[in-house]
Amino acid sequence: MYTFSNRLRTAAFVLMIVGALGLVYGFFAAPSTEAEAMAMVADAHHGEDHGAATTHAAEGEASHGEAHAEQAHGEEAHGAETHEEEHGSNHGEHLLHQLQNKPWAALYVSAFFFMMISLGVLAFYAIQRAAQAGWSPVLFRVMEGITSYLVPGALIVFVILVLSGLHMNHLFVWMDPEVVAHDALIQGKSGYLNVPFFLVRALIYIGGWGAYQYFSRKFSVAQDTASDDSNFKKNFRISAGFLVFFLVSESMMSWDWIMSVDPHWFSTLFGWYVFASMFVSGITVIAMITIYLKSKGYLEFVNDSHIHDLAKFMFGVSIFWTYLWFSQFMLIWYSNIPEEVTYFVTRIEDYKLPFFGMLVMNFIFPLLILMNSDYKRLNWFVIMAGIVILMGHYVDIFNMIMPATVGDQWFIGIAEISGVLFFAGLFIFVVFNALTKAPLLAKRNPYIEESKHFHY
Amino acid sequence: MASKVIQALYNDDDVLMSAVKRVKAERHHIEEIYTPFPVHGLDKAMGLAPTRIAITSFLYGCVGLTVAITMMNFIMIQDWPQDIGGKPSFSYLENMPAFVPIMFELTVFFAAHLMVITFYLRSRMWPFKEAENPDVRTTDDHFLMEVALHDNEDQLKALLVETGAVEVKITEKH
Repeated sequence: MYTFSNRLRTAAFVLMIVGALGLVYGFFAAPSTEAEAMAMVADAHHGEDHGAATTHAAEGEASHGEAHAEQAHGEEAHGAETHEEEHGSNHGEHLLHQLQNKPWAALYVSAFFFMMISLGVLAFYAIQRAAQAGWSPVLFRVMEGITSYLVPGALIVFVILVLSGLHMNHLFVWMDPEVVAHDALIQGKSGYLNVPFFLVRALIYIGGWGAYQYFSRKFSVAQDTASDDSNFKKNFRISAGFLVFFLVSESMMSWDWIMSVDPHWFSTLFGWYVFASMFVSGITVIAMITIYLKSKGYLEFVNDSHIHDLAKFMFGVSIFWTYLWFSQFMLIWYSNIPEEVTYFVTRIEDYKLPFFGMLVMNFIFPLLILMNSDYKRLNWFVIMAGIVILMGHYVDIFNMIMPATVGDQWFIGIAEISGVLFFAGLFIFVVFNALTKAPLLAKRNPYIEESKHFHY
Repeated sequence: MASKVIQALYNDDDVLMSAVKRVKAERHHIEEIYTPFPVHGLDKAMGLAPTRIAITSFLYGCVGLTVAITMMNFIMIQDWPQDIGGKPSFSYLENMPAFVPIMFELTVFFAAHLMVITFYLRSRMWPFKEAENPDVRTTDDHFLMEVALHDNEDQLKALLVETGAVEVKITEKH
């Protein structure tokens, strides 16, 4: 049995406390009036530093004249933006909403990112079960530990969605009746994009995932002490069923929770694209936690070949992600249809560094680092590659949410980093707590011997 | 000058594997092994150096990528710029997304084909070459191990029979 070391527990709590403080600071630092918002941005431009000053902005210092100059400058940028829905409102209000959204968006991106990791692991786990894979049963308990974060993580995301529905923030512009009243396109979609149906759908997704997570874990633990393979067979059946549900619900989830922040824009492979992101992040986290546990003297039955296989998946799915990213990008870039291409125009104009940096971190880096077969067996190499891949996929989610919610006012500052720290702490706490609940070897799994002797 | 070799035939890959380990342990030099299918782990048991074909493959891939970039740059940018879908070919970088599929395909094409050709040449296989295979049964269901002989005929023969060889014979190697 695994015992949660005090040092790791303390580290998790420190992360949560620091993160929570940073998030609270982020909410307090957001402007509450239009004048404040204008002053903050004017100040930021004065210092020639776009984002840094938006978080640390000293308020109300800028003179009237500067604020006006900024307005003129801002109007230009406004023209290039995708927020056609904001036609009626003036620039100040728009800016205020963006800056008020900033801490919310930071919270939402991190909450979603960590939820997505455990959802990706759940899908990976279900695939191993449904395929009756022989190599992976020694890793099942690690995967089950990671998926235990899914329900709490998804409920946090759900709470943020409910708060959006209650107009506590403006993450989802289609939730604003004022905007919808002036927007024929959103009106046409309101049969699907309306708050009650949106929340009901979210509950259905979370309920389905949570139910599979609960029962697969229950059967898996019951199999340890069983005298036959009936629990194993049940797990096979529900895993196959879950995968069907998952592919549909994950795709719809990505439209609802991510794509709808840009309600005019759509991409038909978006569900796949988000899936690739969560899949590679999930596999990376399985590898990292396995290596961590091994370094602490647990999981003595996991050998180099298991790590090698996980690293192969990290490599392969990174390339798969790039393939989907590029397929989405190239078709939109080539066809150049205004309502589609604005998505990438905003990202390349306002998000150049994260947009292209993400490609380096998620594609070029893993491609070159993990190509060599021997490197995939070096634990520290896998960990280092994993850290870069995880950061890259955080930036991926950042790029999906931020342009529509905060526009060109983005910055990876205190609120964003704190969001990551808070959810990382919570994730570590929940996952390692769950790992202590059952033996780390699923000893009655019929494939466990094959898995222990897995050799590549 | 012809050298003498001893050839032992086996009819099971597991028996062959344990025989290889035994012969290696007795410090005899295994010249070659002929098998009807790839035997997993045989290269390690024989003490062969790890293959470097992956490195050549990577280099060929780089060549393919370079060829694709040079080719598309010449065709689409320098020689005959065309305006396709409102995207005039003024610079390679601006039009790069359109060339990525070609860059990818040629990378794969070069890496795969040149790697196979390298493998054939390195294994000294080319069209119309006469087979080096000493016994046709190794293309069906037998495994053949060839060990160098140095005036130790009887001892080696006894050892090979002991390891489970179904047939042992001594021939001249040309």
